[in-house]
Amino acid sequence: MAAPLLEITALTKRFGGFMALNGVSIAVKPGERFGLIGPNGSGKTTLINCVSGSLPTDGGRIVFEGQDITSMPAHRRTRLGIVRSFQIPKPFTSMTVLENLGIPLENAGHARAGDGAQAMEILTTIGLAPKAHLRPAGLTQIEMRKLELARAMAARPKLLISDEAMAGLSHAEVDDILAILFGLNARGITIIMIEHIMRAVMRFSERIVVLDAGERIAEGTPDEIVRNPAVEKAYLGE
Amino acid sequence: MARTLPTLLIGLLVVAAGIVLAQLRVNPYLYFAGYVILQYVVIATAWNILGGYGGYVNFGTPAFFALGAYTAVFLIRSMHAPLPVLILAGGLVSALLGLGIGYLTLRLRGTFFSIATLALSVVLQTMIINWEYVGGSRGISVIRPSGPPFGNYVVFLFTVMVALAVVSVMAARFIERSWIGRGLAALRDNEEAAECMGVPTLKLKLFATTVSGFFLGVAGAPFPYYVTFVEPNSAFALDYAVNALAMPMIGGTTSWVGPVIGAVLLGTAQQLATVTISSELNLFIVGVVLVAFVVLAPEGILGLVRRLRGR
Repeated sequence: MAAPLLEITALTKRFGGFMALNGVSIAVKPGERFGLIGPNGSGKTTLINCVSGSLPTDGGRIVFEGQDITSMPAHRRTRLGIVRSFQIPKPFTSMTVLENLGIPLENAGHARAGDGAQAMEILTTIGLAPKAHLRPAGLTQIEMRKLELARAMAARPKLLISDEAMAGLSHAEVDDILAILFGLNARGITIIMIEHIMRAVMRFSERIVVLDAGERIAEGTPDEIVRNPAVEKAYLGE
Repeated sequence: MARTLPTLLIGLLVVAAGIVLAQLRVNPYLYFAGYVILQYVVIATAWNILGGYGGYVNFGTPAFFALGAYTAVFLIRSMHAPLPVLILAGGLVSALLGLGIGYLTLRLRGTFFSIATLALSVVLQTMIINWEYVGGSRGISVIRPSGPPFGNYVVFLFTVMVALAVVSVMAARFIERSWIGRGLAALRDNEEAAECMGVPTLKLKLFATTVSGFFLGVAGAPFPYYVTFVEPNSAFALDYAVNALAMPMIGGTTSWVGPVIGAVLLGTAQQLATVTISSELNLFIVGVVLVAFVVLAPEGILGLVRRLRGR
C-alpha cells in the first residue's frame, strides 16, 4: 500500500467546553476520491478547517506527503498543495472572475502575474470562460460554485477539499459539478468531498468516512456505508 | 520595469515644477496653503495603503503624524538634526508603531481594529502631554534653521513637501501594481479566502501597516518647522483622522489616484473656506462632503467616472 498523501492522527479540537473533534484519525491515499459525511454539527467542516489551517488544533498530528504540517500557516499549506473550496462561496468581489484566479496562480500556482492564459485555460475547463471579465456579483449560484472550484484549481492542488460544493443546486447542476470533480481526479488530483447530497457522494467516493459528534463512527466503500447500522442510527436515530 | 522610467521622469518633472513654483514671487500665503494641501496628499496616500488597499480602517492617523512631528522635535532639541534626518527618523519611528498595530490585526478585525487605533491616538497624546522635554502640554517653540537653500523657509518647506508627495504617491502606485497590492486587495475582499489561496496575509498586513505608518510619520516630521510652535492639541488634531479617511473615500480608495484627487479637492476647499469664511468650517465641509459621497458615490470620484464611462 502506498504511503498516504494526508494522514490525520488523533485530531482533537475544542470550542470552549464543546468537543468538536475527538481523536479523529483519517488517512487519504494519493489519487483517491474520498468522501466525508456525517449529520449536521458532526465536525466535518471543523476537520477541514484544521486540515487547511484556518483553525489551530488542540491535539493530534496532520502529516502531508510525509511532512508534519500541524502548526503551519494556512497559506503555506496551500502552497504545498492542500487547497479547499468554501461551503459558502467567498469570491474576491472587487475583482473580475479572471482576476480571482490570478490571486492563487500568483501566490501558490507558481505563475507570473498577468499570465491570463493559465487562468483562461482553467476557466475553459470548468465552463466559466464566457464570464471571465464579469465581477462575481454578476454570477448565478452554480457559476459561483464553479468559480470556487476554478479558483482552487488555480492554486495547483495535489489535494482538493470540496466543502459542500453542491448544496442547494439542482439535479442537473449537481451532475455538472460531479463531472468537473471526476475530471480533476482523472488528472491525478486527490479529492476529499464533503457533501450532504448522498446521491453525489455515494457515486463519487471510492471510500467514505462517517463522522458523528466529533468522532469517527464508520469507514468503508459506499456500499458498506449504506448497510452500516451505526451510520443509519447516526442519521435517523434509534 | 519598462514603465518605471516614465513614472520616474514624471515624478522628477513634478518636483522640478515645484521648485519653479517656489521661485515665482506670488503671494506667500499660497505656499503656506499649498504646503498643507501637499501634506494631505502624503497623509491620504499613506492612509490608503492600509485602509484602501488592505481594507483596515485606521482612525489613529494623528498618532502617526504626531509621532513623526515629535520625533523631529526631539531630534531638533537634542542634536539640531538637519531636515532630511528629521524626515527619515520621523518616518522610521512611525513605521515601528505601524508594525506594532500590524500585529493587532492578528486578533482585531473590522471595527475593532479601528477602535484600537483610535485608542492608540489617545494613549500617545497622553504620553506626550506628560513628557516635558518635548514641551508637554504647554507646547514647545521651534526655531527654524537660518538660511534655507532658497527662498524663505516656508517656500523651501513647500518644495520639500512636493518631493515627499511625489515619493509617497509613487510608492503607493508601485505597491498597488505589484503582487503585494493584488494580495492586499484579495485580503480586503475576504481575508480567509485570501489566506487559503496562498496569500501570506499576515506578512502583507504588517507590510501595509509599516509603510503606511512610515509615510504618515514622514508627513509629520517637517511640521515643527512649518508651524514653529508644536503643542499636543494641534499635532494630534482630529482633523488628521477625519481627513485621512475622507480624502481617499472621496477620491476613490482602490487606486493611487483617488487619495491625490481627494486631498487636492478637499484640501483646497478647506484652505479656501479658512480664508474666506472661517477656520472652523473645515471639518463641517469634510463632514457634509463625506456623507454625500458615502451615500451617492461609495466608490468615490474614480467610481463615478468609471460608472459614467459605462464600465
